[in-house]
Amino acid sequence: MDAIASNTLNIEKIREQFPVLHQQVNGKQLIYFDNAATSQKPKVVIDALSAYYEQINSNIHRGVHTLAERATNAFEETRKKASEFIKAREVAEVIFTKGTTESINLVASTYGRKFIKEGDEILISHMEHHSNIVPWQMLCEEKGAILRVIPVNEKGEIEYSEYKKMLSDKTAFVSVVYVSNTLGTINPVKEIIEDAHQYGAKVLIDCAQAAPHIDLDVQQLDCDFLALSAHKAYGPTGTGILYGKRELLEIMPPYQGGGEMIKDVSFSGTTYNEIPYKFEAGTPNIGEVVAFKAALDFIDSIGKDNIAAHEDHLLAYAMKKLQEIEGFTPIGTADNKVSVISFNMEGIHPYDLGMMLDAKGIAVRTGHHCTQPLMDRYEIEGTARASFAVYNTIEEVDQFVDALQSIVKVLRK
Amino acid sequence: MSSIASVQEEIIDEFSILDGDFEMTINYLMELGEQMPEMPEALKTEENIVKGCQSKVWLSANLENDKVQFEGDSNTAITKGLVSLLIRVYSNQSADAIAKEEITFPEKIGMNRFIGTQRSNGFAAMIKQIKLYAVALGLQQTANNK
Repeated sequence: MDAIASNTLNIEKIREQFPVLHQQVNGKQLIYFDNAATSQKPKVVIDALSAYYEQINSNIHRGVHTLAERATNAFEETRKKASEFIKAREVAEVIFTKGTTESINLVASTYGRKFIKEGDEILISHMEHHSNIVPWQMLCEEKGAILRVIPVNEKGEIEYSEYKKMLSDKTAFVSVVYVSNTLGTINPVKEIIEDAHQYGAKVLIDCAQAAPHIDLDVQQLDCDFLALSAHKAYGPTGTGILYGKRELLEIMPPYQGGGEMIKDVSFSGTTYNEIPYKFEAGTPNIGEVVAFKAALDFIDSIGKDNIAAHEDHLLAYAMKKLQEIEGFTPIGTADNKVSVISFNMEGIHPYDLGMMLDAKGIAVRTGHHCTQPLMDRYEIEGTARASFAVYNTIEEVDQFVDALQSIVKVLRK
Repeated sequence: MSSIASVQEEIIDEFSILDGDFEMTINYLMELGEQMPEMPEALKTEENIVKGCQSKVWLSANLENDKVQFEGDSNTAITKGLVSLLIRVYSNQSADAIAKEEITFPEKIGMNRFIGTQRSNGFAAMIKQIKLYAVALGLQQTANNK
């Protein structure tokens, strides 16, 4: 442990801000290691959500009364904050969606339907989440376009030379994950984008997993689209964002028809609102969007560098301890990765492992993690996955390792 | 012969000793799974699979002396324990009784999470499969008796 840099965060103080952590599950103190699925929410987010409903709840953008004005301001404050969070050129490039899945579907259904033609190639990687596979499959089926898959090596890294070989004038779109939810791999997205742009292809970066761990800068990355979910970054469920470059968002047709997205409606025809509103039909998830700002402020108040340093410390410590357990098989050992540990224990089904850990109060995820093609790549049915957040501790890792050791003893007797 | 209801009562009694302790319940389930007679490999066919989201179960059924006999297995230890309980409840019963009588024991022994919306082990799918077998074998029986 001495070899690993210690960090300056007061984790106990941070833990105090997460009410859900302070409970017993199955008679044991909860250890929450399922952060890659969704993170827990700090008190400031929960308070912001109830304050919205207790004090300013009102429908946004069209009301003339005071509450409508307050709700609209609060909603737009989050948009401003989110645009700063990803360093967008302008606030209007941030569209609120239900989350990463909807953001990707939006791009596939609008940009994709208008600009992808028969014979075009869309590139994704072998480590994509189903939500970054299926929308493109659907689009390809409709358009007669071709979906090509960038291979992933044994360590769980994109085979970059293969990617470069796959790029051609036929490549119309590249959609890849920044950080793999299953493996934790951090992909070299800046290079991926740069190389795709050489061929005029547009690039979407799925940042669902990256958002809570890695600094995002859309201008530096030069991505055309970026998608993320609030709930994986200490924010509420049911909301997220799509970033798109203005010049692209403007030439894209609307996603859904309804209120808010229109300028004028008549039975002879409808004109559409400006961006971002063109893509925000219907009453959005106002309260959750408002509270999302508190989550982004929370991340900023600790600092992503500090969060990443703490999580890396947990990751290195856990990996060292886990390697000592006989039959521990990590899946995804990329050189550059976040605090996600997918693993199998020789001779033990991940389902049994997950249930037995739960009986000891430890929450991990088991299964294919919505990445079935990746499971096929490794010829496994699934994995158990432990993933850390800023509020997790070395003591929790120790208890997790002890629990695994005793489970292994019971199951291998 | 014990009825479906009385076997379920037996199970509830056995588990009550564990006092709802989740860890002990799981350990006991796994023990029960281990004690279950081996299912012949030849029966572990694609068509005998009941698929849950995370675990695989094989179930087969046949008639012996007008009673339905079940065999089963799973690739996960805990689910295998659940399979053993279902087999214990439904084996050696008439096709008609199996089709009609419902499973009530899980909620009474704090195993609610194994049923209903929990898709991971496919418990509901197993019960459905058992009943389908019973209906099919029941029809076969009626045809044979004619």
